[in-house]
Amino acid sequence: MKPFARVSRDHYAGGLVALIGLGTIAQASRYDLGTREMMGSGFFPMILGSVLLAVGVLIFVSAGRAAADRHEGNDLGAPEWRGWVCIIAGMSLFIFLAERRGLLPATFACVFVSALGDKNSSFKSALVLAAGMSVLGIALFSYGLKIPLPVLNW
Amino acid sequence: MFATAIADLSHGFGVAFQPHNFLACLVGVLMGNLVGVLPGMGVMAAISILLPVTFSMPPVAAILMLAGIYYGAQYGGAICSILLNLPCHPPHAVTCLDGYPLTQQGKGGTALGITMMASFVGASFGITEMIFFAPVLVRVALKFGPPEICSLMLLGLLAGSTLTRGSPLKGVAMTTLGLTLGLVGSDALNGTERFTFGLLDLADGIDVVALALGLFGIAEFLKSVNKIVPLHASRAKLRLRDMRPSRADIKAASIPMLRGTIIGSLCALIPGTGPTIASFISYATEKKLSKTPERFGRGAIEGVAAPEASTHSAVQGDFIPTMSLGIPGDAVMALLLAALTIQGISPGPQLISDHPDIFWGLIASFWVGNILLVVLNVPLIGLWVKLLTVPYKYLYPSALFFVCVGVYSTNNDLFQVGETLAIGIAGYVLLTLGFHPAPILLGFVLGPRFEENLRRTMLISRGDFAVFVERPISAVFLALCVILIGTQIYLKWRKDSVEEPSAPAPIFDS
Repeated sequence: MKPFARVSRDHYAGGLVALIGLGTIAQASRYDLGTREMMGSGFFPMILGSVLLAVGVLIFVSAGRAAADRHEGNDLGAPEWRGWVCIIAGMSLFIFLAERRGLLPATFACVFVSALGDKNSSFKSALVLAAGMSVLGIALFSYGLKIPLPVLNW
Repeated sequence: MFATAIADLSHGFGVAFQPHNFLACLVGVLMGNLVGVLPGMGVMAAISILLPVTFSMPPVAAILMLAGIYYGAQYGGAICSILLNLPCHPPHAVTCLDGYPLTQQGKGGTALGITMMASFVGASFGITEMIFFAPVLVRVALKFGPPEICSLMLLGLLAGSTLTRGSPLKGVAMTTLGLTLGLVGSDALNGTERFTFGLLDLADGIDVVALALGLFGIAEFLKSVNKIVPLHASRAKLRLRDMRPSRADIKAASIPMLRGTIIGSLCALIPGTGPTIASFISYATEKKLSKTPERFGRGAIEGVAAPEASTHSAVQGDFIPTMSLGIPGDAVMALLLAALTIQGISPGPQLISDHPDIFWGLIASFWVGNILLVVLNVPLIGLWVKLLTVPYKYLYPSALFFVCVGVYSTNNDLFQVGETLAIGIAGYVLLTLGFHPAPILLGFVLGPRFEENLRRTMLISRGDFAVFVERPISAVFLALCVILIGTQIYLKWRKDSVEEPSAPAPIFDS
């Protein structure tokens, strides 16, 4: 058996939680702990960090083998890079464009780019959807709800 | 007690029938119904997208609308399960087992008709339970001091994290993570900035809308993109006439319906056991009590009626601890509570006396909303079925845009949109590792109040932790915590010998 086959999803899960716990403890130790009677800012975070660390270790210890993951139907399938990149890029574009260039280009870019993430969508269908959402979005949010973003700002 | 309840309730109906409140309720249940049938959209995402919209509304209308989304979605979820064998929402996963076979036999209309009857019966009972039980609970809760509140919150958090689906340990981890995220920002007591990492934008803490939309919006999109199989619209048309169940069907379903209702209302009283667990328990009970258990899974009408009644009864009962104690039982309730807080209304036992409009208006609106749902669903079912075929490639980019604008408009701050994206990516990583994100929100909402009460308790007791077991009410809550943990360990220990009821796994968590 290869050594990696023994590292299951729950090992990563437990490790991650324990790591977050350690980070919390480290950060909490920079605040005033106080006394039990007069708890400082660091007391409660310290408790939480310790619980996270303990639970993380417990998850790690009780983790089964990797083979069990598939048995339980926990497989999330192949990585979906196209979808992930497009969704994250679409949202980032919105953040980048909304104040600098206005709501219209931000909406269009966000919908268009994220729509390209679906295997079944074509350049044309994404374009149509983005145009439609832009019109709807401007009408609803700029003129209807009057959110303080410029419509267009070139 | 009966007379005052009637008087309060009629006051509530007066509130619920005010035009703008009625409209809010109608919009809420329609939206809920819609997201209930749309594959890939959860209740949580819908409520959080609409949360910013409600900021400009009066508190009563806001809460009626958000609550409407929650129970409206339950009706939609049942349609999904029965007609398409798609468990869009976890509580209805078990309805697929007998609902879909009924559809295959051409009795889908009957199943839907029975479902609506069961939903209404269950919901009505849940509401009645709330009318009589919540004021009693309040009278007890008003005597609580900081130690009792602390222990009760601990019980709520433990129950919320261990009784949901998935590994209890992972649930506890997520609740604690939520509590930790709740720390971000200025310490309420002395203003020390905690976990802000020098970012001024984090000084006010993480925004609840950003957290909810990151976890239940963005993370879900990342999970579902290219994973949702498109549906084909080849359903037989449903006519109104088909939905009227025959007398024999009603007779077969009525007793299971009542049993389901009672199971649901009991589950609602135990913190942490929401509608999903209620529906599973009532299905298993019916199967066990039935003289012909072999019919279950092949289109037994009881197998639809009981879990649906149970779900709806539990959904309404869910509001009891939330509205009377200020302690939410699950993530949806946590979000509703956050909405109230944003409106400037502090949750807790004083809510009913301080804001009778909200409490009794909400209860009356449950009935109004449920009647609206039954009336609307009959003609609209055709439309819902058509909506089911909206491809995900159109759905998620549009939803992504609404998430962006929704988060932005909470505080007119683009930083929070970035926050949402970061939380979304982190949430997806957690999903991949088998964590359920719902307890995070529960912990996040309760965190600040938990810390505050813990500090106050320690101040009163001069640093003595024994105060939690010396005060009787607090000791009872702690004992329940111990029982809860003990049961979990026991169940884990004999897990191999017990088979869980098998149902198609829910596609979406909410």
